[in-house]
Amino acid sequence: MNADCRPALTLRQDTVGALAAMQAVFARDMKVAFRQRQDLLNPLLFFVMVVTLFPLGVSPEVSFLREAGAGILWVAALLSVLLSLDHLFRHDFDDGTLEQLVLQPQPLFLLVLAKTAAHWVLTGLPLVLLTPVLGVMVHLDGNSIGVLCLTLLIGTPVLSLIGSIGAALTLGLRSAGVLLSLLIIPLYIPVLIFGTGTVASAAEGAPVGAYLALMGAFLVLALTLAPFASAAALRISLSNG
Amino acid sequence: MSEPLLQAVDLQCERDERILFRDLSFSILPGTVTRVEGPNGSGKTTLLRMLAGLNDAWSGNLLWCGKSRTGQREEFLRNTLYLGHRPGIKPLLTPMENLRALTAGRRPLPDRVLRQALEGTGLAGFQDVPCRNLSAGQQRRVALARLLIADEPLWLLDEVFTAIDASGVNAIEQLLQQRAAEGGAVVVTTHHDLRLPGMQRIVLGGGLTDEC
Repeated sequence: MNADCRPALTLRQDTVGALAAMQAVFARDMKVAFRQRQDLLNPLLFFVMVVTLFPLGVSPEVSFLREAGAGILWVAALLSVLLSLDHLFRHDFDDGTLEQLVLQPQPLFLLVLAKTAAHWVLTGLPLVLLTPVLGVMVHLDGNSIGVLCLTLLIGTPVLSLIGSIGAALTLGLRSAGVLLSLLIIPLYIPVLIFGTGTVASAAEGAPVGAYLALMGAFLVLALTLAPFASAAALRISLSNG
Repeated sequence: MSEPLLQAVDLQCERDERILFRDLSFSILPGTVTRVEGPNGSGKTTLLRMLAGLNDAWSGNLLWCGKSRTGQREEFLRNTLYLGHRPGIKPLLTPMENLRALTAGRRPLPDRVLRQALEGTGLAGFQDVPCRNLSAGQQRRVALARLLIADEPLWLLDEVFTAIDASGVNAIEQLLQQRAAEGGAVVVTTHHDLRLPGMQRIVLGGGLTDEC
């Protein structure tokens, strides 16, 4: 091994900026995900299957579907995000990249935020994009579909952010799946209630501004608090590893 | 830089209600190689993870450049390179992509330098093959390529010689020695019979520390 390319040795005072480091983390997660495309399809398939099976299992009547449609889509989206959460840190934990991430000289919560953003782009965003098609399938009208997409667009990042706390906390555990659901579902409930509430209100022709503002508040709250909590949880999980 | 980079004072670590070590004190000086020794389960990896800042379940004091490390976490991380049991290599990415991702958050380097570093670890021609198609030793070598381009003064290396062939082991020994000569500090845990002139030893398990 030769070491010609190494510079002289001094203590370093500066390092890569947080933004560049976040970009690098995001880019790597995207690259890894696209090398394993079939894993990307899992949450989407789950989403489509649940929404398709519901009319078959309960009732294909237009009046029922129009009423329950938004709820079905929201529940299906929530569960498919929940299913994908375990992968958020698991692979990185197993191959040691997570250790290297924690040891990077940038604030950990920003790097965690970048990872969570990648998770949302890979799971939440495709669900939002698929929603109009499935919305038509459950006979929602145009206005409701628009509002539903909007609530999911605001809501799914919240799901990813809250979920990242649970995923980080249960990282070192063997039966993480069940515990993760138990931890996270109660925190998801308000998002679900307001998400479906917004669409119901839109279907009645009532204004939805207040609902959307509340959901926006959820998002801001999750954006500002969840990365700190996840970063702290990651440190604890790695400390035992 | 003649003052110690890292100083441990009365470290104590407990794991699963068993005391791994207590009253452990040592200094890591620039220009030295330190080997952590001890039987399996004596806490070598735990000690290294503590030094790296991954494990927080310990008591005692760790000083970085003479001051408590707690208040200067980023300064410490910036100047420390840790290679663990799990090398931090993504099996789906190629060695080039892995190396680029690992250095991006510390010191981005042009591809030419990264390629050269991989060639330097004997991975010429494998730079763009997904790592899962490489052998265990080759995957370790991807992580070791970081040592060729690292400018961090303190290296913490956990079992670096695992899965590396005889000539590779030789090369790493030389690299460590050269690193110490340049003024870097290296802490290694290994079962390999590493003997370098002026090497400091920390012996775990017996509860005593000696320097030679």
